[in-house]
Amino acid sequence: MKKQGNTVEIRWHGRGGQGAKTACLLLADVAFSSGKQVQGFPEYGPERMGAPITAYNRISDDKNSVHSNIYHPDYVVVVDETLLHTVDVTSGLSEDGAIIVNSTREPAEVRELLGGYKGKVCTVDAEKISVETLGKNFPNTPMLAAAVKVSNVVENHKFLHDMESSFKHKFASKPYVIDGNMKALRMSMDQVKVG
Amino acid sequence: MAKKDRMSGNEAVAYAMKQIDPDVMGAFPITPSTEIPQYFAKYIADGKVHTEFVAVESEHSAMSTCIGAEAAGARAITATSSAGLAYMYELLYVASSSRLPVVMAVVNRALTGPININNDHSDSMGCRDAGWIQIYAENNQEVYDNYIQAMPIAEHCRLPIMICQDGFITSHAVENIELLDDASVKDFVGEYDPEHYLLNEEEIYSVGPYGVSPYYMEIKKAQAEAMKSAPARIKEVGEAFGQMSGRGYGMLEEYRMDDAAYAVVLIGSSAGTGKAAVDMLRADGMAAGLIKVRVFRPFPAEELAIALAGTKAVAVMDKAESFSGQGGPLFAETRSALYEAEDRPYMMNYVYGLGGRDVTIETFDEVFEDLQEVAATGDTGDGYRHIGVREA
Repeated sequence: MKKQGNTVEIRWHGRGGQGAKTACLLLADVAFSSGKQVQGFPEYGPERMGAPITAYNRISDDKNSVHSNIYHPDYVVVVDETLLHTVDVTSGLSEDGAIIVNSTREPAEVRELLGGYKGKVCTVDAEKISVETLGKNFPNTPMLAAAVKVSNVVENHKFLHDMESSFKHKFASKPYVIDGNMKALRMSMDQVKVG
Repeated sequence: MAKKDRMSGNEAVAYAMKQIDPDVMGAFPITPSTEIPQYFAKYIADGKVHTEFVAVESEHSAMSTCIGAEAAGARAITATSSAGLAYMYELLYVASSSRLPVVMAVVNRALTGPININNDHSDSMGCRDAGWIQIYAENNQEVYDNYIQAMPIAEHCRLPIMICQDGFITSHAVENIELLDDASVKDFVGEYDPEHYLLNEEEIYSVGPYGVSPYYMEIKKAQAEAMKSAPARIKEVGEAFGQMSGRGYGMLEEYRMDDAAYAVVLIGSSAGTGKAAVDMLRADGMAAGLIKVRVFRPFPAEELAIALAGTKAVAVMDKAESFSGQGGPLFAETRSALYEAEDRPYMMNYVYGLGGRDVTIETFDEVFEDLQEVAATGDTGDGYRHIGVREA
């Protein structure tokens, strides 16, 4: 599959309501803030809560004019582990890239479910991190952080700085959730296991 | 001062609307255009604009609201998609024949059958003969820029205008964009000063009376003449916009056409994908080029004939079926535009991307490969093809 220039392509798999689309748009936001050319777009259909959804990012230094879905991503992020059984999540995934899965399991165990994918397999327990830091299961925030850590598509320090500004803006009326969200990002970046 | 930002195509249109601050919006929600009145309603609620928002019960009434408001002398806008546009159909003719410059944001979506919410151009292509100017965008930047040019074009020509973008593909995709400052937009769009309007107590005036046979054809001819003279205004506004923003616009965009032997002609967001394909084919030594038709109504026949002169084979790509049995609407008009040309290229039609069927760089590779073969063999085979269709 051909792509323009040095573009990094990311595909998100989640279920309707888990925030995969929001995480995808947030990644576009933070990449924009670090001076990148970005695209963040979900694939729409007759979605409803719980149904599998896909969203995409293209991130590059030069303008990207391509308006198709992404079939050969550099990175795949799986927000809901149950999708490993129903969706071919590694389809077209670059073996120089990585798949990042929300799971309590070790990367080696998850790799066995991935039909012989040879690139990096990363896992992070986004649910645990989210419950610990935010009191509820919002897996998309930790998954976003893990995706940034593994792909390095945005410089990690800059990412944390931009996310803090963004949370301050987004949660201006409930500042008490800012710390929890920042903690979720940091914990995820520390705890993501690369195998 | 221009500002670098990122936003979706729907946000970009709503933002342009906010900068213009029109008098009246009549709108009814329909996917994927719903976000436009939604974002705009927030601007109204926040006191950022002074627009009167008329929440109607249907698109038929949304267009009726715009017609009434424009006839009164106000600037009126709306936004819609697909079945919503179809429900306005009757009123589209009322707006254009009454010469009311309504500005409508169209977020292109398949016109249902079977039901589908994704992108193609069947909705706006279906009303291509309703007497509205139609301008299409490749990306978020263009739909924003086109929207700001809409009123200076429409109000001068006294014709209503559709500012179209591809549903979901650009409407729901966040991309980089450069926004103009409010003062520049206000200055560029200017005040609306209609010559005749219902609220003018100095002039007794009526809009929309019965058109008896002795007058009807004269009215239709006047509309046709207005459309014939619209390109001059569209180009003038596009140039002035370029002077202000650094992004000039014409009736169409030629991409690497200078010495192109093989060219594709198409409309909308897939042009960006096609440009990437052209760059790669050029790197491999193929004389490939692309023409993006920006304005479909009025149709840029002369420009197309000039731009395609010297090519060997051309693929016209339609994101709408017209069930004519011999190709889509863009193909029919492009082929007609070249009827009088000398050394006409071979011309193929590809219907693509219906109901959201994805179009990739490889789709274009396939088209360009066909064009080379057609030019080499002189045989177009069945020149009317559907691409990206699964084999049975």
